Amino acid sequence: MKKSMAAAVFLSALLLAGALSGCASQSEKTGSSAQSAAEGKKEGSASFRTVEEIRNSGVIRIGVFTDKAPFGYIDSKGENQGYDVFYARRIAEDLGVKAEFTSLDPASRVEYVSTGKIDITLANFTVTKERAEQVDFALPYMKVALGVVSPEDKEIKSVEELKGKTLIIAKGTTAETYFEKNHPEVKLQKYDAYADAYNALLDGRGDAFSTDNTEVIAWAKTNPGYVVGIETLGDYDTIAAAVAKGNTELLDFLNEEIRALGKENFFHKDYEETLKPVFGDDTDPDSIVVEGGEAVKN
Amino acid sequence: MRASAIELFSLSSLLSLQNTGGRERGIGILFDGNNFERLMGGLFVTIRISLLSAALSLPLGILFGMLMTRRNPLTKALSRIYLDFIRIMPQLVLLFLVYFGTARAFALSLSGELSAVIVFVLWGTAELGDLVRGALVSIPRIQYESAAALGLTPLQTAFFIIIPQTVRRLIPLAINLVTRMVKTSSLVVLIGVVEVLKTGQQIIDANRFRYPTAALPIYGVIFLLYFLVCWPISLFAGCLEKRWRD
Repeated sequence: MKKSMAAAVFLSALLLAGALSGCASQSEKTGSSAQSAAEGKKEGSASFRTVEEIRNSGVIRIGVFTDKAPFGYIDSKGENQGYDVFYARRIAEDLGVKAEFTSLDPASRVEYVSTGKIDITLANFTVTKERAEQVDFALPYMKVALGVVSPEDKEIKSVEELKGKTLIIAKGTTAETYFEKNHPEVKLQKYDAYADAYNALLDGRGDAFSTDNTEVIAWAKTNPGYVVGIETLGDYDTIAAAVAKGNTELLDFLNEEIRALGKENFFHKDYEETLKPVFGDDTDPDSIVVEGGEAVKN
Repeated sequence: MRASAIELFSLSSLLSLQNTGGRERGIGILFDGNNFERLMGGLFVTIRISLLSAALSLPLGILFGMLMTRRNPLTKALSRIYLDFIRIMPQLVLLFLVYFGTARAFALSLSGELSAVIVFVLWGTAELGDLVRGALVSIPRIQYESAAALGLTPLQTAFFIIIPQTVRRLIPLAINLVTRMVKTSSLVVLIGVVEVLKTGQQIIDANRFRYPTAALPIYGVIFLLYFLVCWPISLFAGCLEKRWRD
């Protein structure tokens, strides 16, 4: 059985090679061999482009979401828009090149950047230890914590008020782990899907609902009668741009860029343009925005 | 006749869905800006990938099927492995293998669309090949023997006796494969190709906060678009079958 599998893999590789040589494909041998030797990259790993190569080509390829409003989406004119895209355009501008956007799905974000299909992932990429082993994260430009939404007339403003009350959560979210670990005194009511959890809150089956603050803030905005009483709770996760592992030059550029942008409060401007219309005036931008790469807990 | 009645029924129920959607301005967002053009552009990508793959798979699949009926143990084993490999692997895995695998292994950057066509041709060739093999094997021995008795050469036998019968048996199966290709092409979003389904999702998402109920009518329109692509193919197959009926 093992043998036939090996043969199958070999055969498919052969077929593939045949198909490839048949099709006129533009082979982008980007990172030169000298450079890959200098980087000491592991065998078989794909190449990435240095800042100079990006500048020379005149185009930077940035992966963004196209269906996650208001962070990355396509407007009715067919243009990429959103908080991530606003930042992406600025990066391209400061590099003096054009931005070329690729539509990413959550599952393929690591693969895209580590194979050099794109130069930067800017698709609301949460920094985690597992991901940091495969890609290099730049300094963060955004953060997510938990938020708690409750009915206006019975607003819950602190975790203490939740004691003895029923909190709705979606299974498998950070909210579930956080409350189980840190606040066992809160009764949890769990649902599989976000839609079910929101319906439970609307029906009054629980006193409040907790998940990522970006999510509950946007929801409360479109559902009158509900407010986000707690905007940030628990450990926050940071969200940052990512480049291929070992692309230190581009990484350094991004980090310097973030520091420089911090001086002009760029991400607050970004927030005003892209997130404020969705989150409303009452939300504190500092519960989401990270300026100059320094995520401070508030 | 009965089949087309069912198709008409589903069409009319869809149109009514469209109407109710229109009232609460679900469908209306389709005509915001150039949303509709984008959807059509997405549809064109879907058609381009699936029909190009189908057109390439057809001759390759026939060749492969003929190869599979050979008695040579080596060709038999190799074609068997190829067929099983493609059949067992989900198309999604194949797409990832070709798109990211070539980048990793050969530092070769294929475009998403090219990778999609490669995968669909590999898949179509394997599946169609097996169908061709089945059709060929199903022709009774006596057909060959009768042809020989009439004094036809092997080439004439193939051309006048075997191939016409094989093709007739093949049409419904091959059409089935082509329509499956059209539908499976929605997987290519995962390698960054924005086709009709993804465009629809982008439109739904961009209006998530203003028109949260827009999803259903938009999916309805997408269903209609897929239907409009697959229906003519199926009609064409019906026509061919009718014309070739003995």
